[in-house]
Amino acid sequence: MFEDHWSVVAWPERYGGRAVGLLEWLVFEEEYYRARAPTRVGQNGIFLLAPTLFEFGTDEQKDRYLPPMASGEEIWCQGWSEPDAGSDLAAIRSRGERRGGDWVVNGQKTWCSRGAFADWLFGLFRTDPAAERHRGLTYFLVPMDAPGVTVRPIAQLDGETGFAEVFFDDVVVPDAQVLGQVDRGWEVAMATAGSERGLSLRSPARYSEAAARLLDLYERGRDRHPVRAARLADDVARALVDAEAYRLHTYWTATRVLAGGTVGAEASMNKVFWSETDLAIHRTALAMLGPEAELLDDHERPQEWLDGFLFALAGPIYAGTNEIQRNVVAERVLGLPRS
Amino acid sequence: MIDFAFHEQQLEFRDQLRAFTEKQCTAADVRAAWRSELGWSPARWKALGGLGVTGVTVPVEQGGLGLGMVDLALLLEEAGRAGLPEPLAETTAVAVPLLARMPTDAASPAQKWTAAVAAGDAVLSVAGPGLPTMVTAGAQLAILFDGETIYAVEAPQAVSIRRSVDGSRTLWDLGPEAPSATTVVLRGEPAAELWHEGCDNGAWATSAVLVGVADRLIEMTSTYAKQRVQFGKAIGSFQAVKHHLADALIRLEFARPLVYRAAWSLDFRDPEAGRHISMAKSAASDAAVLAASVALQVHGAIGYTWEYDLHLWMKKAWALAGAWGDALWHRARLLGQVDW
Repeated sequence: MFEDHWSVVAWPERYGGRAVGLLEWLVFEEEYYRARAPTRVGQNGIFLLAPTLFEFGTDEQKDRYLPPMASGEEIWCQGWSEPDAGSDLAAIRSRGERRGGDWVVNGQKTWCSRGAFADWLFGLFRTDPAAERHRGLTYFLVPMDAPGVTVRPIAQLDGETGFAEVFFDDVVVPDAQVLGQVDRGWEVAMATAGSERGLSLRSPARYSEAAARLLDLYERGRDRHPVRAARLADDVARALVDAEAYRLHTYWTATRVLAGGTVGAEASMNKVFWSETDLAIHRTALAMLGPEAELLDDHERPQEWLDGFLFALAGPIYAGTNEIQRNVVAERVLGLPRS
Repeated sequence: MIDFAFHEQQLEFRDQLRAFTEKQCTAADVRAAWRSELGWSPARWKALGGLGVTGVTVPVEQGGLGLGMVDLALLLEEAGRAGLPEPLAETTAVAVPLLARMPTDAASPAQKWTAAVAAGDAVLSVAGPGLPTMVTAGAQLAILFDGETIYAVEAPQAVSIRRSVDGSRTLWDLGPEAPSATTVVLRGEPAAELWHEGCDNGAWATSAVLVGVADRLIEMTSTYAKQRVQFGKAIGSFQAVKHHLADALIRLEFARPLVYRAAWSLDFRDPEAGRHISMAKSAASDAAVLAASVALQVHGAIGYTWEYDLHLWMKKAWALAGAWGDALWHRARLLGQVDW
């Protein structure tokens, strides 16, 4: 896909893309999911880091990091959370200190998605401990094979080792691997968090496709399980409505962005809606399957709906829990006072 | 090219109606209308005619603006926000388009009545599904369907009066007797087909009003949550309150694009319009009912009083959620289990 410029269609051609617009990108995503193509291993970098690189990166950084990200040669993981900094991200303590002409990083990150096999990590580190907690943070790009980096994979509840703890022990980070301004990492990171919650990561096609499969499951099982089907019919229809609502809402947002608008706190509404829609679709499917839902396949892996359900369970937690998102919606959209 | 934005003129028209309702349709005006015999105000309807609002869908030749549902969407939303007691949705989105689509050779009083609507001199009513003999009180023309025949009854006479939980929806029950043969405008399959279109219009228009009702409920409630102090703080600073309001807002914001999409489908006669309308009505009904429930809970006891204005909008949400098919019915329709 990379060789034919299909892996990152919205990027400029020089980095491996086709420079298509937002609406064309949405159409591409619809086709990608309709073809039931696999989850992209490079998506952390492509969807979360790349928008930030385009906004804050130097030309040298873009030339260095974007092409191997697009080709899948370099996989990125995120370094946000720490043992004592989850929803309260500004509580992070991993630090970077000036030593010689470089930064030296110490501390620990956790729940690093794709950290078990990534080549690089992007994340926030405290570089001015005296500053107010949202200030004094810097956005670093760190190679996972640098001396002093230790990765401890964490098995997820589905048995996969997708995420990891990452330990930093005097890891040297040169200035060329600082993204954006020193001590201004919070603003840089929030730009990335906006893309994770908002438009760029969650193509509506994913939910339209899942809702269509749910309808198919319902129709095929209706005669065999009439009582279950009768009880679940409303949930099936609701999944169709919500998936379509998400699709239209995304196109609506895209129209606004193309007209020069931005996606601000509304991204938090998106995040709550897609993650809860995803979960509802999978819960309904499992209910439709009834006693068969628990069974693993011949390779002792969860079957499609169970696998999707286990994955969907993470949605309301990652990228800022839905409780945090609801606070953001209430405070920044409705103007309610901060707690 | 996909364009999901409203045009400047559509937004301006909405703003004009908002400015009008802020003066002419305050909560006190809504209460006065609810206490009146009809439940709505012929004087305000006349003033809306002067603004061009009543004639949005009436052809230009008959004094209207000749516009479509996309143009009407924001106005109906505004009517919901204002709690407008006048039957704007039913007259402009159901009755007028139904009359326009009736065959011209039928003994149809179409042109006379649509011109009167545009001037703000008449409201027209269509007996919706589920309550087939009931029309809006004060309607000068009642359009009825008995399963086979569409009737257009001028100066309908009420056998009895039924009031709704929404005080603006006073209904005239015309009784079980079939209307006179002289009022028949269409029979058989074409009548049924046209009637089903009318029902779709009614469901869509109601969904647009419900979006406005939910919007107002959320606005009133977040304003209250910023002012009401308990434990030394505005209650809106508590997460339990924030999360209630965020949930209501999210349901509303994701219902909106379904309503706008369905309006487009009606204007462009999309063969899937029925599906789009059912999605819109299901989402808008749920959003408004959730907003009402959150609004009452966040307000607490004050919201349960007659004196406080909140109940005017809650009652509109409850009444309209069930009109022209409720959320359950429309979702069953999406699965092909029921239809008009």
